Amino acid sequence: MSQPSMSEALRGVVRRDLLLAMRRRSDVAMSVFFVVIVASLFPLGVGPEQAVLRMIASGVLWVTALLACLLSLGRLFTADYLDGVLEQTLLIPQPLAVLVVGKVFAHWVISGLPVVLLSPLLGLQFGLSGDSLVVLTLSLLLGTPTLSMIGAIGAALTLGLRGSGLLVALLVLPLFIPVLIFGAGAVTNSLAGIGSEANLSLLGACFMLSLAFAPWATAVALRIALE
Amino acid sequence: MFQTVALSGSRGERQLFSDVSVTVKPGTLLAVVGENGSGKTSFLRMLCGLLSPDGGAILWQGKDIRQLKELYIAQLTYVGHLNGIKDELTPVENLTVSACLAGDESSGEIVQQALEAVGLGRSVHRLPTRVLSQGQKRRVALARLWLSTRPLWLLDEPFASLDAAATSYLTQRLQLHLSHGGMVVVATHQEIALPTDSVQHLRLTR
Amino acid sequence: MSTAGINWFKYSSPQAFHPLAGRLIPWFAAAALGLSGVGLYLGFFVAPTDATQGDAYRIIFVHVPAAWMSMFLYVIMAVWAGIGLGLNARPSFMMAQAIAPTGALFTFLALLTGSMWGKPTWGAWWVWDARLTSELILLFQYIGIILLRSSIDDLRRADRASAVLALVGVVNVPIIYFSVRWWNTLHQGASVSITAAPSMAGSMVTAMLVMTLAFWMYSFAVTLARMRCVIVERERQPSWGKQATIPDVVEAR
Repeated sequence: MSQPSMSEALRGVVRRDLLLAMRRRSDVAMSVFFVVIVASLFPLGVGPEQAVLRMIASGVLWVTALLACLLSLGRLFTADYLDGVLEQTLLIPQPLAVLVVGKVFAHWVISGLPVVLLSPLLGLQFGLSGDSLVVLTLSLLLGTPTLSMIGAIGAALTLGLRGSGLLVALLVLPLFIPVLIFGAGAVTNSLAGIGSEANLSLLGACFMLSLAFAPWATAVALRIALE
Repeated sequence: MFQTVALSGSRGERQLFSDVSVTVKPGTLLAVVGENGSGKTSFLRMLCGLLSPDGGAILWQGKDIRQLKELYIAQLTYVGHLNGIKDELTPVENLTVSACLAGDESSGEIVQQALEAVGLGRSVHRLPTRVLSQGQKRRVALARLWLSTRPLWLLDEPFASLDAAATSYLTQRLQLHLSHGGMVVVATHQEIALPTDSVQHLRLTR
Repeated sequence: MSTAGINWFKYSSPQAFHPLAGRLIPWFAAAALGLSGVGLYLGFFVAPTDATQGDAYRIIFVHVPAAWMSMFLYVIMAVWAGIGLGLNARPSFMMAQAIAPTGALFTFLALLTGSMWGKPTWGAWWVWDARLTSELILLFQYIGIILLRSSIDDLRRADRASAVLALVGVVNVPIIYFSVRWWNTLHQGASVSITAAPSMAGSMVTAMLVMTLAFWMYSFAVTLARMRCVIVERERQPSWGKQATIPDVVEAR
């Protein structure tokens, strides 16, 4: 009749995923390289004119980060589902929503945080400077964990389905749109000299809302998928 | 004390079993037998709470497990078809994490002793699990039974892919568990070498 | 559980629902046709010509009711999904399944008519104004639910997963509306907004309400017909299914 405490269980889940990521360091590198390559596609497609790039910077960088998050969602639950670790996680006597937060946090540290840290460099490539670089990084810092949490719902709903990569994109992109609007809007406002506090606060609100709601929805979806 | 009352289940559109009522007393093992596809795995997963039955109830100490939720889950250890271990981690790391998440003892030496008890020599303890054979991986998965202090064990075909030595280790461990008043529900094809007064059989029928 | 009067609960069983739906469909269909006729007549002939937009604006008598229906139906579908999850009731999931395609259709109709409105008004087939963009995202959400259901073979999982998605989506709908409006004011371009409707004459409002009612009747008719198909597909009981084979259902439409 032994039972882990909630913090023990949470730490165990996070620690396992981070340990796994250290063994598979390519996972971290993949997100980073994806963002770099895709961001470079836009100047190649649109032309190198600084003024144009600065105008599209907020949208391009945000969409790129969003796509990177989307593509990494497959790694969130699938491996655990296939080797039976996920069903063992469901049998831990602590609220599944809390354990989901742990998994999503570890996933964000591996896939999302590197993008956030890289974003100032990408911003420079697009002609952003000073304040707008700070706003870009801050908006991604608030936004990418939100995207991961919302994306987890899609990942859980499509667990084990064929063609789940495309399907999860279709399910999750409408849910990403508000975060995209506020995030990119923050950078656009900052470039235009208008304050970005409103957008950043809205991003913060989205983060809080997703933290309150998304892990619980993900837990429900996981139980449905494992029946 | 563990019992099912008029349990019935189906998978997709196939009715698997109906009206299954069985009681498992402390110190006994319930062997669930039946052909492939008779619903043994689904039955076990219902006992874990992973699958919802079509009808009937599962009672732990007289209370419905759907009411008990986490209180019930803290009483059981489940080893299913899938091993529940990570290929990239070593057996020691896998077992340490499992034990930690179960709230069991997880210090290095105890984990290694558990692995040895299931027949894995120290030479493989620090290799990535990916290089072990199927039988060895199954042993790693089962090793958590040597650390578990929970009363109810639900095991799905635990003897599959085990050789004679490992089979006897597992049987001894089950015997020890039963003698401490534990309960075991096993889905199996094989006969289990335990005293007949502590074993009851359940054949699932439609 | 008997009530003085009709015992509604007996119709929650698919076997009883099927023939009841069959009897109701022709009435709803007739009402839909009748009301559409009246509504379109009012909209296209009775309502006055608009000062700024001329006669081209008349498409809003289809556009606005369609947009309203797309939203109403999403919420209703989500309600049925929630009931299904909460009570573990299969008929509720079936209702949600039956509503989704009609909701998607109205969303598409709203987008199409919105585009038809945009062309003479602004010379462009598509404009990224707040309402059209929100409708587009709503269409994505509908399609997501329909595709998720069709990607899952196991019926129980398909029901429950698409129900969860519908509920998550219904929370997203107001957030989308807010954020898209926010986005639109951020990038305020065109001065004439498609949502700044002409000041409504009484007959215009009447025409819109009549069309909305017509669309409701249509939705009832089509949803009931689709429910019958869903029931036949799922139940396949030889005892009563014989009375309701697919050809019969197709004929009933």
